[in-house]
Amino acid sequence: MTGLPAQAPSKRLGLVIDLDTCVGCQACVVNCKEWNTGGYPAPLSDQDPYGAEPIGAWLNRVHSFEVGDGADGRTVHFPKSCLHCEDAACVTVCPTGASYKREEDGIVLVDESLCIGCGLCAWACPYGARELDPVGGVMKKCTLCIDRIYNENLPVEDREPACVATCPARARHFGDLADPESDVSKLVAERDGMDLMPEMGYRPTNKYLPPRPRRDCAGTTGAPAALEPAAAEGGFLGWLDNVLSR
Amino acid sequence: MHPAPSIVFFTTASGAGYGLLLLLGILVPAGLVPADRWLGLVAMGLSLGLVTLGLISSTFHLGHPERAWRALSQWRSSWLSREGVMALVTYAPAGLFGTGWIFLERTDGLFALCGLLAALGAVLTIICTAMIYASLKPIRQWHDRKVVVVYLAFGVMTGALWLNAMLNLFGQASRWSDGLMLCALWVAWAVKFLYWRSIAGAAVASTPETATGLGAQGQVRLLDPPHTESNYLLREMAFRVARKHARKLRGLAVVSGLLAPTILGAAAMPAGGWLGTVALLLAAACGTAGVVVERWLFFAEAKHTVTLYYGARAA
Repeated sequence: MTGLPAQAPSKRLGLVIDLDTCVGCQACVVNCKEWNTGGYPAPLSDQDPYGAEPIGAWLNRVHSFEVGDGADGRTVHFPKSCLHCEDAACVTVCPTGASYKREEDGIVLVDESLCIGCGLCAWACPYGARELDPVGGVMKKCTLCIDRIYNENLPVEDREPACVATCPARARHFGDLADPESDVSKLVAERDGMDLMPEMGYRPTNKYLPPRPRRDCAGTTGAPAALEPAAAEGGFLGWLDNVLSR
Repeated sequence: MHPAPSIVFFTTASGAGYGLLLLLGILVPAGLVPADRWLGLVAMGLSLGLVTLGLISSTFHLGHPERAWRALSQWRSSWLSREGVMALVTYAPAGLFGTGWIFLERTDGLFALCGLLAALGAVLTIICTAMIYASLKPIRQWHDRKVVVVYLAFGVMTGALWLNAMLNLFGQASRWSDGLMLCALWVAWAVKFLYWRSIAGAAVASTPETATGLGAQGQVRLLDPPHTESNYLLREMAFRVARKHARKLRGLAVVSGLLAPTILGAAAMPAGGWLGTVALLLAAACGTAGVVVERWLFFAEAKHTVTLYYGARAA
């Protein structure tokens, strides 16, 4: 059924992405593709992968932006995947019921056996989180690694999304954003976590942590700002200094 | 947005078919169109033929056309599903109405009621089609109630053009059908002008700053795209060719869709006879071609917010 859950899900699983520490290494992008082309939404196909114009479906992409000007300018790497919105229009526009939001944890999924590949859900998503599989003809999207986070065959520490597990900068965090005591909720509160495009009114679950304010000056250690000019010395070194300075 | 030919054809053809059905469903029971069997066959054949061809073509862009029937299930929340349901439901009264007209040459009583129900179904189906687009918030140029009025107005316009041509073909030319055609033409394009003015003047809601949440830190510019080649999002939602030529194409749409049919229609009135019929058929063809260009632009000029992540300044 493409209606949204009648009651707000008791859990809201999602990601918190730290734009301060992301280094844009693309490891999350690659690990996402690697896991998901063999996991729940498999295959996640590519066409012409070694040719001149490769194209394929990916569930996570990292954009790089330049923010601000001059001395205040900085580079911000910006990972983007499904935000598992509370008011997910991608779910309500679906004509077949393939697109749905789970009541128990708020994860938005696609039942590929029902999907007709009309693409309307991708149009309804302001964030560009859904991509049609060029071979399967069905819509693909981030599953929050549903086949990892509940997978009892994996060690407990591995039960997190592939992108989170692989991030070398610890810029991606996974948890329950409905629980104010969870680590992710505390992180959001502490760092002023924000919604993307709040004006769309989709109420995304995933939050982004803005880059920390930059430090313009080093702390004072009591050392002088500049070295004293070297005074002319006598003797052999003084003579050498004189000769070389000519 | 990428103007998929199958969708441009679908919305134009089914719009014309339903517009014609709407006019027939009202004018025939009202006695303004004669209950002539052959006229009925051509008129209902054209109307339902256009609708059916359009619906079939709309399945061409699906990844799984064989599952299209599943799209009838989610009418509670999805305008696309509602459109499918209304399109199918409308066949029932339209079929009965056509049966009475063509086989029995009767358009009164129950058949008149079926005609009115078919007209209602035609209006509701066009509204559902338009709402598919008007309900999408990420596309500012579509998220506008005027889109619904535009779709209805162009449906009636193309319907009136073909109706007038057919009436002439069967020697039933009349002042009122000429007037209806001219009114429908000018009303439709007036509505379209209002729509164009509205999308040009509307405030921009989203920018790269709101899309990334980084506005507080300064202006946001794309430094490196996430991939070197194209992808589904760019192919589907970052279509830019037409925007470059938007002015010329709008001019072409107006010349072909409004001016040519008006001049041909005005020439047909005094000419009459077979010359008049040819002029009106040409007017209908020109008008429909103008709507194809208009519909192509409706897609091509629409800008999705996902482009903000790929370097667009506003959406």
